[in-house]
Amino acid sequence: MSTETMSIFSPALATRFDALVLKYPVKRSALIPMLLYAQDEVGYVSDAVMAEIAERLSITALDVKNVASYYSMLRFKPAGKYNVQVCTNISCMLRGGYEIFDHLQEKLGIGHKGVTADGVFSLEEVECIGVCCWAPAIQVNYDFHDELTNDKVDQVLADYKAKAATEGAR
Amino acid sequence: MADVTFTVDGKKLTAPAGMLLIDACRKAGIEIPAFCYYPGLSLQAACRMCVVRQEKVPKLQTACTTTVAEGQIFVTDSPEITQARKATIELLLGNHPLDCPVCDAGGECELQDMTFKYGAGESLYVEAKQHREEQKWSPAVYFDRPRCILCYRCVRMCGEGMDVWALGIQNRGASATIAPNGGDHLDCEQCGMCIDACPVGALTSDTYRYKTRPWEMNHVSTVCTHCGDGCKVTLGVRQANDGAEIIRADNRDKSGINGDFLCAKGRFGFDFVESVDRLTKPLVRNAAGKLEPATWEAALRLVAAKFKEVRDAGTGIGVIGSNTNTNEENYLLQKFARTVLQTNNIDHVRSTDYAGFALALAGTSGRAASLHDTTTAKAILLIGGNPTEEHPLLAWNLRTNFRHNQARIYIATNSPIKLERQAIKSLLLPIDGYESFAEFLSGSATEIDSIAEAAAFREAVVAEESLLVVFGEEYRGAAIDSLIQWGLGREGVKFAYLGDYANSRGAADMGLFPDLLPGYVPVADAGAFALEYAGMPSSAGKDAVALFDSAAAGQLGALYVVGSDPVSAYGVDPSALKNTFVVAQDIFLTSTAALADVVLPSASLYEKSGTVTNTYGDVQLVKKAADKAGVKPDFEILIRLAGAMGVDVKKLVPFGQIGKTGGGVSADMGQSRGAQSGEVDRHAVWLTANGLEPRLSPFDPLAVLDEIERLVPSYKLDRLNLFGGNDSATEPGFVPVSSLVSARDLILPAHDGLFTSGTLGAHTAALTELNQYQNQAVAEVAAD
Repeated sequence: MSTETMSIFSPALATRFDALVLKYPVKRSALIPMLLYAQDEVGYVSDAVMAEIAERLSITALDVKNVASYYSMLRFKPAGKYNVQVCTNISCMLRGGYEIFDHLQEKLGIGHKGVTADGVFSLEEVECIGVCCWAPAIQVNYDFHDELTNDKVDQVLADYKAKAATEGAR
Repeated sequence: MADVTFTVDGKKLTAPAGMLLIDACRKAGIEIPAFCYYPGLSLQAACRMCVVRQEKVPKLQTACTTTVAEGQIFVTDSPEITQARKATIELLLGNHPLDCPVCDAGGECELQDMTFKYGAGESLYVEAKQHREEQKWSPAVYFDRPRCILCYRCVRMCGEGMDVWALGIQNRGASATIAPNGGDHLDCEQCGMCIDACPVGALTSDTYRYKTRPWEMNHVSTVCTHCGDGCKVTLGVRQANDGAEIIRADNRDKSGINGDFLCAKGRFGFDFVESVDRLTKPLVRNAAGKLEPATWEAALRLVAAKFKEVRDAGTGIGVIGSNTNTNEENYLLQKFARTVLQTNNIDHVRSTDYAGFALALAGTSGRAASLHDTTTAKAILLIGGNPTEEHPLLAWNLRTNFRHNQARIYIATNSPIKLERQAIKSLLLPIDGYESFAEFLSGSATEIDSIAEAAAFREAVVAEESLLVVFGEEYRGAAIDSLIQWGLGREGVKFAYLGDYANSRGAADMGLFPDLLPGYVPVADAGAFALEYAGMPSSAGKDAVALFDSAAAGQLGALYVVGSDPVSAYGVDPSALKNTFVVAQDIFLTSTAALADVVLPSASLYEKSGTVTNTYGDVQLVKKAADKAGVKPDFEILIRLAGAMGVDVKKLVPFGQIGKTGGGVSADMGQSRGAQSGEVDRHAVWLTANGLEPRLSPFDPLAVLDEIERLVPSYKLDRLNLFGGNDSATEPGFVPVSSLVSARDLILPAHDGLFTSGTLGAHTAALTELNQYQNQAVAEVAAD
């Protein structure tokens, strides 16, 4: 599929995908990177995303769904603009990961996998994010915030809220 | 590959290098359990049941992925392995519902068998089992999620085996589940192969679920009555009030011509047997012009008297035979017509030009392909036809051959077909391109040359050392001849001709033609038949269409239609038959039967014995499975009718004491009166020569099979194979070389698809439902 044909992705991403499918000996090897890039752009792995990726890779939409559903970092519903992922694995847990998670739940008024009404934040409890040395840590989209306390978390949230306001919330 | 020697449980085994250990062990009689391993499909190694200990390898190995090599030493049975398998089962049973008493698979469940063998009666799990409701995925397929052990057999069967790819595995770990492509339903070919492959009761079929227990059924292996491929089908039969009913159809022992394959029609299309539309009593038209029930005696007496009257008055009798009845019945029907009714006015609704095929192959041998050849041929040229829809077993074989042996498949059709996915080259022909295709292959300039890929296609086909040419009903008469002449001019070319119905080939082979006798012997040059068929006219009779023309002209006294519906096939005007005494013998009140003066209810193919010949010429044994009160097999009806007409039944069916001095081993070998002493003696001589004994009953179809074998050179059957439930190939080349070709093209292909099957299909609720469901799905896609 070339960029000229109908694509649900931005021209830049569509071009990237065009190159990606040719990169591997077998086309379907590009499936997981494509899913990740598509999720970053669209916000989640929608049916339309799966259908287009399937077509680009000459596999069935069922194949795409089979792979995508295996990975917990791929989601099938829209997340907030800022997806807050709280680690509760051993290091973070010992240093108060659950307290951070509880605090965030209270503060945002949502639970695990929830999205705030204004669409700015979503919350997720996740497995280890590899920041054990500076636990407890959270990951907001691709940015890390570590050695957290409840006050620090409030500050992080306030910063993102302000950022969202200037950029215009969805 | 070269053989290697290795040791399993202290025994030295020999197998080709690279063979899977599990296969090598099974061949040697060492059982290795496995859920996910399925011969012929890709390897999964998901279930861990087949673990074995290999010397010098630190961990237990899966026998289903270990290939054998020289000097290896394995242990397949030790406390360690038993413990490993027991642990695997314990994990599998962790969320398995143990609803075995109501589960369809209970009694024939691989998980049950393994638990029985290895124990695992106690579990360390204390968590509550996760229950999920049963899901209906299609009118044919149901899914019970907690029963699933995630062996991936169905996923691979659907994808690799059927090339449908409608099933997948979603999610991970404990929440992993089989998922259909439609989200909550299946968009697929509804073949039911996933149900068959399922080792437990996770996938169940609408036709069988919660109907019975496996051990309450008798299992009868017979031949499917729906298409020309002739799959072996095992019918599960149970006693019912009015006989024996069929509960299930599958191929449970994975034997016979079709191995493990069966399509939707074979698997779900048997309920016509129980249809409320079934004829169960003879019907006779009364003075008021209405059909009313009569006894068999009265109906047969009436028919016999009328047939005798018409025969003796010479006002013309016509006979039309069946595409689904057995060879024996069709043979007997034409013998009855020719010797008792003394007419050659016999025909059948021809769906395929088998006469043209046989005449084109006349005098050759080894040029006709068996269905088995489609699984082994290195190169296959498919011209016309659509196997996926109309010949599902052929399509399965071609896919398997491609997957296992990288067979080179060449496809030339006038519209794209699904099998092209497996084809190395395909060519889209113009709709009238079939006739000139042989010319094109031989290199002459034709209109096909104007297609871009044509030259490369021809070059590749011609370069093949051996070739299996499979062609469809687009071919008939002269076109068949030119194609076969092209192939006969080359080494290693074999042919298969695709036709409809369970026994169209048999109907043609058995001489349901006005001008051809069994084995395509011309009536005008009848040879042995002239000696045996006393009373047979020596000139050709009228074909089916001519029969209806003479009926319309008031020149047909009687018409005897057996298992066929010519009135709707030829669009006959009902008024044409008003002066003809019509006898229809069928399982349903067809358009023809509705016009008949006498209707005789006959048994379906699932309710009788005999043989049928598939479109490739492979003969298989049909066994009686179901039983229906009131109906009789066509074979029996014919004998009773002949008896009622006062005919010596022994002249029709060679049975019992034959010859002057008795039959069987004490037969008159011709010593007393010379080798040409008479018909019955000839049969006795043949029986003795073949080590056979005379049949004891006139109702034994095998007595007629004996006669067929004696008189039809192409039917030289390997009886041991035949009675063992396998197929036995015929040799259509063994027919008289003759220029006699039917002058008129009367071929009416049925083109029944995956869910249609002529009159039978229309009366099969399961197929009707599937057909509607599939059409609806197609309409929805089109609307999107």
